[in-house]
Amino acid sequence: MTVLKTPPSSATAAPAPRKPRGAGRRREHQREAYVFLTPWLLGAIGLTVGPMIVSLYLSFTEYDLFTEPRWVGFENFVRMFTEDDRYLQSVKVTLLYVLVAVPMKMIVSLLVAMVLNTRAGSNGFYRSAFYAPSLLGASVAAALVWRAMFTEGGTVNELLDGIGLNTPSWVDDPSYTIWSVILLAVWQFGAPMVIFLAGLKQIPRELYEAAEVDGASPVRKFWHITLPMLSPVIFFNLVLEAIHAFQVFTPAFVIGGGRGGPADSALVYTLYLYQAGFEDFEMGYASAMAWVLLVVIAIVTAVIFRSARLWVFYGDKS
Amino acid sequence: MTTDVLRRLSAPAKHAGLILLGFVMLYPVLWMVVSSLRPDDEIFRSPGLVLDTLRTENYSQGWDALSSPFGHYLINSTIVVLGCIIGNLVSCSMAAYAFARLEFTGKRWWFGIMLGTIMLPIHVIIVPQYILFSQLDWVNTFLPLIVPKILATDAFFIFLMVQFIRGLPRELDEAARIDGCGHPRIFLRIVLPLMKPALATTTIFTFIWTWNDFFSQLIYLTDPEMYTVPVALRSFVDSTVSTSWGSLFAMNVVSLVPIFLAFLFGQRYLVRGIATTGGK
Repeated sequence: MTVLKTPPSSATAAPAPRKPRGAGRRREHQREAYVFLTPWLLGAIGLTVGPMIVSLYLSFTEYDLFTEPRWVGFENFVRMFTEDDRYLQSVKVTLLYVLVAVPMKMIVSLLVAMVLNTRAGSNGFYRSAFYAPSLLGASVAAALVWRAMFTEGGTVNELLDGIGLNTPSWVDDPSYTIWSVILLAVWQFGAPMVIFLAGLKQIPRELYEAAEVDGASPVRKFWHITLPMLSPVIFFNLVLEAIHAFQVFTPAFVIGGGRGGPADSALVYTLYLYQAGFEDFEMGYASAMAWVLLVVIAIVTAVIFRSARLWVFYGDKS
Repeated sequence: MTTDVLRRLSAPAKHAGLILLGFVMLYPVLWMVVSSLRPDDEIFRSPGLVLDTLRTENYSQGWDALSSPFGHYLINSTIVVLGCIIGNLVSCSMAAYAFARLEFTGKRWWFGIMLGTIMLPIHVIIVPQYILFSQLDWVNTFLPLIVPKILATDAFFIFLMVQFIRGLPRELDEAARIDGCGHPRIFLRIVLPLMKPALATTTIFTFIWTWNDFFSQLIYLTDPEMYTVPVALRSFVDSTVSTSWGSLFAMNVVSLVPIFLAFLFGQRYLVRGIATTGGK
């Protein structure tokens, strides 16, 4: 009994003198934590969150960098959707790009990853060769090569000529320009491929073996094992690729000759935003465009996340 | 039976397909290298990769085609890249240590903000950033490109490092704390040396992304003296001086050599970084 009684009394007695020490240590801890965090905090507040708020404000103004911003309410947004044909063109071009380039890149990267996941494809050389173009991805150099390959007399014209297909210069024909930009994106399927490959390696072999015992065809195995087991990775790649695709800039800038191509056929959203903000110095209008882009990306991401419940299969974790 | 035959046939067929695809993937790069050694009239109309005449003058002409020798732009790009790498390594590792190992008020909240900024399109902050930097008179200096990295705006790398530090055994820092080490010492002496793989991944991605980055360099560097490689390459196309495609291709090749070397020596870290975090 006495043994039982003593510990509580010492326990209640002890915190009293320890308390200030603990609080002091915690305060010291806090100070140390904030020392480590200072660079990031300055950047997050001063260069990210702060500018976001300012750009939201600017999107309701007319501002040319030299005179004070003038409040115009929703005028910028109204102008975008009702008066500005080039804006609507940029929306059209970007939607086409996102809706074609993202699925194409996903399908190609998944198919190639599946072949690489077999014994024949396990050679590291293939993976390196397929991955390398993604590193050049958004570079000006890659886009310049593309421009040369798709221009009059370039490789693509010559090859298509060889099989009897007469195509105009892709770079100069408005109905072809954006497709050369799309093909440049598909050429860089290496990054999602590496992610798919990592995902494929996680699928337990026993599942396939069991299916083979039951006599399942390769097609059935793909639909009933590979796709469901890989769905979290597909989801991950889809979100990343969609977010990136909306922001495509360099390839369209370079292939379109810096102006958005013939008849604005490669005028992607961010390129028009760049022209509005940094060539015409319509900072208010450019900010409004940026916020519309942010909201659209957020909505698309949210829709993909929502839909995930229907098609993403989380194995034993669900 | 049939599946057996199919299987026996499929391995060579797969190899053939993979080699063909590998060729298609590498063709643009090979064509660029070959074209950089061709006279202009041969570049177009000749999709082949066999060189008839070797024209190395493209390189000397391309080197001097713009207002400064191309080496000047290489140096500018190198300065920017080094600044960004150092900035990212120092600031992101510090922030990551705080998020992974320290307790402080509002930690969850700050962490959420940090995650939220990873995917933020640069376009919603670029206009006010430009206004800020132009008021500081930083346009046409490298500061608008480097200072954001010193302030850890590449939250992607913080996240990468937080994940890595969380995987390190806590016993090590606890042992050090018992020996009287404070957090700065634990960070410098124990955690940093152990997180070399994460630092290597950060270095190589920062290198490649900054070397290739065009949007922000195009916006902040308008004085030809300050041009970095991508902006200089782009001005090749713009310049009214009739520069030949051959010399443009030659400088293209030169500009990609550092990326090629990074790929050669850092492939391990690149693949690991992509597989764990989904980098571009």
